[in-house]
Amino acid sequence: MSTTPTSAEQPQVGTARVKRGMAEQLKGGVIMDVVNAEQAKIAEDAGAVAVMALERVPADIRKDGGVARMSDPNMIEEIIDAVSIPVMAKSRIGHFVEAQVLQSLGVDYIDESEVLTPADEVNHSDKWAFTTPFVCGATNLGEALRRIAEGAAMIRSKGEAGTGNVVEAVRHLRQIKNEIAKLRGFDNNELYAAAKELRAPYELVREVAELGKLPVVLFSAGGVATPADAALMRQLGAEGVFVGSGIFKSGDPAKRAAAIVKATTFFDDPKIIADASRNLGEAMVGINCDTLPETERYANRGW
Amino acid sequence: MSTPTIGVLALQGDVREHLVALAAADALARPVRRPEELAEVDALVMPGGESTTISKLAVLFGLMAPLRERVAAGMPVYGTCAGMIMLADKILDGRDDQETVGGIDMTVRRNAFGRQNESFETAIPFTGLAGDPVTGVFIRAPWVEAVGAGVEVLAEVPAADGPDARIVAVRQGNLLATSFHPELTGDHRVHEYFVRMVEAAGR
Repeated sequence: MSTTPTSAEQPQVGTARVKRGMAEQLKGGVIMDVVNAEQAKIAEDAGAVAVMALERVPADIRKDGGVARMSDPNMIEEIIDAVSIPVMAKSRIGHFVEAQVLQSLGVDYIDESEVLTPADEVNHSDKWAFTTPFVCGATNLGEALRRIAEGAAMIRSKGEAGTGNVVEAVRHLRQIKNEIAKLRGFDNNELYAAAKELRAPYELVREVAELGKLPVVLFSAGGVATPADAALMRQLGAEGVFVGSGIFKSGDPAKRAAAIVKATTFFDDPKIIADASRNLGEAMVGINCDTLPETERYANRGW
Repeated sequence: MSTPTIGVLALQGDVREHLVALAAADALARPVRRPEELAEVDALVMPGGESTTISKLAVLFGLMAPLRERVAAGMPVYGTCAGMIMLADKILDGRDDQETVGGIDMTVRRNAFGRQNESFETAIPFTGLAGDPVTGVFIRAPWVEAVGAGVEVLAEVPAADGPDARIVAVRQGNLLATSFHPELTGDHRVHEYFVRMVEAAGR
């Protein structure tokens, strides 16, 4: 298992430090969903720190229905060749063979994603078995720590992708932040019971209590459609932002992408966010999450 | 000189880890995102991150010109990974429109060690640091392909595909750059080395 080693005599790849360290380099940045090389270039031009290569953005996955799977390797390779920034791609939850394929293609991060149709209703993939690092979604602290125990090197919220509505991502980030704050107040005796309640390994619970944060980077994902949305997630404690349908389902993707990048860096400066928000054209229309049937809620996928 | 104030360029990247490492090395550390914040610091760290993003934001928010002025006026700067690219006079495999601050007479190849699956850590002897080798954490890391006469090479790693060594740490005057990320290791000796450079420059 790739736990953090001390000092390496021979070069070592795929260590926890190298995987988690990659996510540290993405902090303060925006990771954008793209479906082809042209969109990937627009994202890179706008200042994205990475792109997520997928066949359909979540808004279209919702509209089209059916089983959503890993993207065509050709399409992923075209995107890898088109840009110089890191490229991520999604595997289905528990579909470790899709993850093996993505690793063989040379993607820089694998998102074991609830946006695709889960392949296993009990188990997530064993992420320690890979050299490529994984990002996973979480709605609360226990879920985040279970994913980290399985080897996730980065965590993101599980806001309802493809809705253009940040309400769920806000809920997840607040939940994780509040649960961490609560742990900070516990003494050592209480941490064992807390671990049991969180259904997470005690060692990770203690580490979070000591650090006051997750041991890996935490991003927001799901529902960001405007510069102010991105800045909101940053002010709520997200260290960076994934933007899915919000960019390429809007009127002027290049302009909106650049505006979201600016607002993510200057998330605490309302004047800059105001300037970034001017004349962006149509935002994506969006869906109200309380009208979404339970069966269409992606956040319920994964456990 | 009293305790130096060292900024960390906070447009994007692993800013927090550098702030922690600088504080542990007895400097006053603070994030820098604006020209007026840059004017208040004695020295600067340019962190790891995505160099294309950092470069773009530095241009957009009016930091590129003041950064070049401060570097030309002798401000000490330490760049890691993307920060090394920012300090290079010349880059290879960058975006066509990618601007750097420059200052070190070197050619740096971006993502030279490969993609994330090739990212690695290894022990590296570092000239000027006592004790054990440092642990170099290389993440989609650049290497230095060529240096000018005034540049001191501080660390190298063996090339995977031949007899050559790859240059991964350099110093020229008050400018320091590493391909790797000491801020991710908890070993603060490289930051201490930089703080000593800053103190020497202030005397």
